[in-house]
Amino acid sequence: MVVNTIHWFRKGLRLHDNPSLRDSIIRADTLRCVYILDPWFAGSSNVGINRWRFLLQCLEDLDASLRKLNSRLFVIRGQPTDVFPRLFKEWKITRLSYEYDSEPFGKDRDAAIKKLATEAGVEVFVRISHTLYDLDKIIELNGGQSPLTYKRFQMLISRMDLVEIPAETITAVVMGKCATPVSDDHDDKFGVPSLEELGFETDGLSSAVWPGGETEALTRLERHLERKAWVANFERPRMNANSLLASPTGLSPYLRFGCLSCRLFHFKLTDLYRKVKKNCVPPLSLYGQLLWREFFYMTATNNPHFDKMEFNPICVQIPWDRNPEALAKWSEGRTGFPWIDAIMTQLRQEGWIHHLARHAVACFLTRGDLWISWEEGMKVFEELLLDADWSVNAGSWMWLSCSSFFQQFFHCYCPVGFGRRTDPNGDYIRHYLPILRGFPAKFIYDPWNAPESVQKIAKCIIGVHYPKPMVNHAEASRINIERMKQIYQQLSCYRGLGLLATVPSNATNNGDGNGAGPSSGDNTQESTHITGKPTSALSYSSYNSSLEMSDNAESFCCNLGVSKCFHQPNPLHVKYIPKILEIMQTSPQSNGVDDGSV
Amino acid sequence: VCSTLEGGGPGPGTPELCKRLRQGDSEDGAVDWRQLPEEILLQIFQYLPLLDRAFASQVCRGWNQTFHMPELWRCFEFELNQPASSYLKATHPDLIKQIIKRHSNHLQYVSFKVDSSTESAEAACDILSQLVNCSLKTLGLISTARPSFMELPKSHFISALTVVFVNSKSLSSLKIDDTPVDDPSLKVLVANNSDTLKLLKMSSCPHVSPAGILCVADQCHGLRELALNYHLLSDELLLALSSERHVHLEHLRIDVVSENPGQQFHSIKKSSWDAMVRHSPKFNLVMYFFLYEDEFGPFFRDEVPVTHLYFGRSVSKEVLGRVGLTCPRLVELVVCANGLRPLDEELIRIAERCRQLSAIGLGECEVSCSAFVEFVKMCGGRLTQLSIMEEVLVPDNKYGPDDIHWEVSKHLGRVWFPDMMPTW
Repeated sequence: MVVNTIHWFRKGLRLHDNPSLRDSIIRADTLRCVYILDPWFAGSSNVGINRWRFLLQCLEDLDASLRKLNSRLFVIRGQPTDVFPRLFKEWKITRLSYEYDSEPFGKDRDAAIKKLATEAGVEVFVRISHTLYDLDKIIELNGGQSPLTYKRFQMLISRMDLVEIPAETITAVVMGKCATPVSDDHDDKFGVPSLEELGFETDGLSSAVWPGGETEALTRLERHLERKAWVANFERPRMNANSLLASPTGLSPYLRFGCLSCRLFHFKLTDLYRKVKKNCVPPLSLYGQLLWREFFYMTATNNPHFDKMEFNPICVQIPWDRNPEALAKWSEGRTGFPWIDAIMTQLRQEGWIHHLARHAVACFLTRGDLWISWEEGMKVFEELLLDADWSVNAGSWMWLSCSSFFQQFFHCYCPVGFGRRTDPNGDYIRHYLPILRGFPAKFIYDPWNAPESVQKIAKCIIGVHYPKPMVNHAEASRINIERMKQIYQQLSCYRGLGLLATVPSNATNNGDGNGAGPSSGDNTQESTHITGKPTSALSYSSYNSSLEMSDNAESFCCNLGVSKCFHQPNPLHVKYIPKILEIMQTSPQSNGVDDGSV
Repeated sequence: VCSTLEGGGPGPGTPELCKRLRQGDSEDGAVDWRQLPEEILLQIFQYLPLLDRAFASQVCRGWNQTFHMPELWRCFEFELNQPASSYLKATHPDLIKQIIKRHSNHLQYVSFKVDSSTESAEAACDILSQLVNCSLKTLGLISTARPSFMELPKSHFISALTVVFVNSKSLSSLKIDDTPVDDPSLKVLVANNSDTLKLLKMSSCPHVSPAGILCVADQCHGLRELALNYHLLSDELLLALSSERHVHLEHLRIDVVSENPGQQFHSIKKSSWDAMVRHSPKFNLVMYFFLYEDEFGPFFRDEVPVTHLYFGRSVSKEVLGRVGLTCPRLVELVVCANGLRPLDEELIRIAERCRQLSAIGLGECEVSCSAFVEFVKMCGGRLTQLSIMEEVLVPDNKYGPDDIHWEVSKHLGRVWFPDMMPTW
């Protein structure tokens, strides 16, 4: 029987550690690697030019690598549900392979395609290689629920089997007799499009600071490891002014698109550590970057509402302000705070900012200063940030805005002070906001405080050449910390005066031993915190009185949000109001059935 | 239903009650729910959220009557949001009309949550003006985003608010932070509610003067909780709160906010604080500071009885050193940011001198691991809240980042980890 196989690239844009592709080739007669450009796929509509360029560069790189194997990449426009039945018929396909996608929409899309494949008699090979672990197994280990604290996640990870070693790279040997039929007009029909062809204006576009592709990814990996080995120090490097700039060893966009396998990175880190530290067991913190990514994929995988506040069972319902004008100022780097504006400028120009820079701008937008919803920030990052994908972006934003995962909200990143402490000289500001070059270090973070003479010399009058600060930070942070406190107090029913105790997880201080799951045996159980009893119905907010505080920080998450259990409707939801009005408007005498029937 | 009485398991009276209900049996042994006494039904309804209660009230005339009993309409929270400025739903205007029409004289505990739009604040005032038949015990005006009450014409707001002050006559709890309340309206409050007022929260009310709040302290001898801004605090106020006729104060919350850099703040005499402590030995003093680093001049020079301290901007090492020397009653210390010089000595001193300290939070600061372990050792098990950002702990030759948490856990007597932020 002839085996004609399609490998469907979505993420996992690489030939190394690609087990689904590798397995697909075994005993296959023909192989066609396809990439489907689906402009209607959820999440891809809001994508900026840097992200498109990166993707196209990844596809070019794949095509080039496949050429070396006498194969090619097939780029096809359309929706997968339309494209695949056509391809199955045209190419007489008997096998389809793809890398497992853990995101809820991805799972739905893949279920539909799997069904189409089965109906067409096509066998489907799916392998996990975008994450270190099988996420469902971690969830299973936690009693069927996604762990919601990073600490618990780390504990579960330490009990999982070792990360699988990367699958062998696809080479001519691996290809063996498998061939790819390539037509003469392949470039016209299936070639990688250019940015112009996709409708982008490329005049004046500067060259990519982060060039896409597997080749570049692997080069960077080597550099990254070299640097670590040379430093012989695996601790988190101290933050300094240089860290803010794009690094030639940075890997996050490549991990996101799958140009670099996370398992390969994990493997190489472990290997290097053992060599340098003479066979010591590597601590979990070595893989920090990879584990955070894994954590967010895992918490998102069973939650289709993960990127929203409403109906999201793990998201605190916070009364964010709707303010498109303020949002635009933040997004376009016109806040009047040079630290914030420089970061947003770097993001827009280059597509990457340091994680502490992300904290700074996320805090400023949400709980720190503007009190605007994290969903708005998430959308801007989705457009501009190369390494932002659905799970990690949404998860990070919820984390940074203290909307989930029990974050203490007291620490606020000052849009003046934090920048100043990171880069006292202000070179980063001068680099991305040339208009402020003339300001001395003393005033570059708060130029509105500079005397007029200084502004004149700098040829930049605040309010004319550069905006005045859009908020008073002291006032804003005072108001906002009070808001956060009110919200968390209402949820945790804590009525004391402490700021820290308002957040329930602090009761156990992240010692997640009091989980209900079977895996909690190791940790000490402790409830040192005064848990508030549910307030009685006659208290201040009677209809919220059904919220209950439990000692278990993990199960607390089911109570976040206005309704006690998620999936129950919000009683004040507009659709239920007519019912209540109807009831209130009927006078007692004429009400309904009077036969006492229940 | 029997097992949900009192919200717990079956109570002692339950079997008899169930028996009584079954006596009104029909032949098939079913229970006649009409016989459920009204008081019991009322109690059950109190546990139901509004929507469920509303559905239950449709069952029969009796249950509908219970639904409208005054006891169920004592509390209400009006949520006033505009779609243009909020994602949250608002209390339906018709529902509000119905409540005012049928139940306004039952309302006792009322709060208004308004978003950042002026319309929402206006709507709140509109409702307030109609609460003429109300005898409110609790009133809360809460801005959930930007303080929109401040954008209203002052007179408009004041007249709405004074409707409640004048008509209630038994206000016990009043939250009016971030509003344009002024001295004359406080006088009206005092004239009508001086016997009953126990709680007053009025942080960031710029139209109130120290004299205005002093009037409240002088007349409202039952005042137990007070929240205001530092500019309203005076020696006279503290002495008034410590006078013989005054009850023991429980909580005093003070926000110290800088309007412009280099702002000067007045100081409070140590004798005034001493009088407070003598009069109310158990009172909690909560202070939130939002100052520039160089504005702390008048603070922490003499002993101050602060129990909960929050530094919302960066605070210098020197000031934290003074905190250790002047705050013996300190229970919670939260530092948003300090800078890049280690706070080792300052923390040790705080562990030594602040023997009541049970909660500490450190944001953008630095402490060497050894000093931190020393600090935790000295405080021991009394630290119930320990919230330290991971980057705060600087590894030294004794402890690395991976073993610090075990060392700390040992001395705390429970598993502890620092707070983390995603490094993605």
